[in-house]
Amino acid sequence: MAEILSLSDAVKRYVEDGATVAMEGFTHLIPFAAGHEVIRQRKRDLTLIRMTPDLVYDQLIGAGCVKKVIFSWGGNPGVGSLHRLRDAVEKGWPHQIEILEHSHAAMACAFEAGAAGLPLAVLRGYVGSELPNVNEQIKFIECPFTGERLAAVPSVRPDVSIVHAQKADRAGNVLVEGIIGVQKEAVLAAKHAIVTVEEIVDDLGAHPNACVIPGWAIDAIAVAEKGSLPSYAHGYYPRDNRFYKEWDAIARDRDAFTRWIDDNIIQTGGHA
Amino acid sequence: MNTATDYTSAEMMTVTAARALENGMTCFVGIGLPSEAANLARLTHAPEVVLIYESGTLQTKPDVLPLSIGDGELCESALTTVSVPEMFRYWLQGGKVSVGFLGTAQIDRYANLNTTLIGDYTAPKVRLPGGGGAPEIATNAGEVFITLKHSPRAFVRDVDFITTLGFGRDGKGRDGVPNIGKGPTRVITDLCVMKPDPVDRELTVVSLHPGVSREQVQEATGWDIRFAPELAATPEPSDHELAVLRELKARTERAHSGQ
Repeated sequence: MAEILSLSDAVKRYVEDGATVAMEGFTHLIPFAAGHEVIRQRKRDLTLIRMTPDLVYDQLIGAGCVKKVIFSWGGNPGVGSLHRLRDAVEKGWPHQIEILEHSHAAMACAFEAGAAGLPLAVLRGYVGSELPNVNEQIKFIECPFTGERLAAVPSVRPDVSIVHAQKADRAGNVLVEGIIGVQKEAVLAAKHAIVTVEEIVDDLGAHPNACVIPGWAIDAIAVAEKGSLPSYAHGYYPRDNRFYKEWDAIARDRDAFTRWIDDNIIQTGGHA
Repeated sequence: MNTATDYTSAEMMTVTAARALENGMTCFVGIGLPSEAANLARLTHAPEVVLIYESGTLQTKPDVLPLSIGDGELCESALTTVSVPEMFRYWLQGGKVSVGFLGTAQIDRYANLNTTLIGDYTAPKVRLPGGGGAPEIATNAGEVFITLKHSPRAFVRDVDFITTLGFGRDGKGRDGVPNIGKGPTRVITDLCVMKPDPVDRELTVVSLHPGVSREQVQEATGWDIRFAPELAATPEPSDHELAVLRELKARTERAHSGQ
């Protein structure tokens, strides 16, 4: 049953050093406030899973929280590279990280399989790609009915998943609207789930087929207003495209990056 | 307006790429140049073309070009928005996409795409973003169009890494594989249009853009590029196509700088 906690308490309780953590949100509803709280609490040796690492994992990697990243597209959308991810992979700063890379289709299927309680996901994927040569978690199996060769990847089963959503009601039921990505799958696949929301309301006002995640499938709800900026929250605020462009210069330079983290995350003490 | 001189090579590329799309096609759109071309097609000769983005937005009609694959504009102007697993499983893998439209960092003579890295995997010279949706778009869509700027760094004899299958290292990568699309059927650059040779699948120039010489294409290509025996001249952009493209880009610029 979802407990309504402060973001700081939720991260303290559920994100342990060395944990496997998925912070999801496909371009939309990226849980930046939660990612910043993880940086503030100086969590270490995390294995981070996310289809599109985006700026939030660039920040976590540069801040030294990360041991390994599992992803399928690691760029700054529409802008270019994630310079902190690249610096860690190419030059080992602030330390060497492991990467395990997939395609989007495989990761989406792996989240879905995790939610379904299965050990693996099966897809018609990776045909002719050299990704299986560099990721030993990509295997091929034979369909027992047709003999077709299909790709198999292990399901995603994070220790903790963190997603952001528009709103929760007082019982902790959550409504996700707009581009819903793999948020529901991430929550259901994890041992523990934290959902940050823009606001808590009396009534979700959801239509019968809306993407609603029941409170009893979530561990903690934390209010984080503007909690997905510079990403966006459909119906609340737009994507800050200008910041995505500015990030390129900030992240390119180690000192500029460290100053930015210090000024905007560490020093704010949870009120970024 | 004199269309013969009054356009850029980038505009020539986008207009030519747009013309590849037709009404009746369902197109899975990559971000960047493919998205620009696909929306130009929708706003000009192919108003019924169905555009799908991997963020889950089905049949979307954005008024401005998205900066990211999941901009709110894509969702707000879509017929419906589905989850990302549904997008890849039902719509793409399920065979509902007739054409995938992709960009890339590197492409080789067999139209294999590399968006993973330059150099060696364990010690990369340049780390690129990775596969994203492309590996399965390229094999599960009916066919694939590719558009990118022509340069010797981009057009290499053999890609450093096959992120996404064209026709494999020997041109036979799709032979005998069940349930696989036709693969790349055309590559549109700022200099020319290429198609795979029907027999050995090597990319061959079939059409040169106005004012472009064979030598220019060869200089911008990292292998001995072939030219089709009946080399065509790519038709110039029309006034209407250029006006719509410029207005789309101006609208996009205004929207993105206003935030």
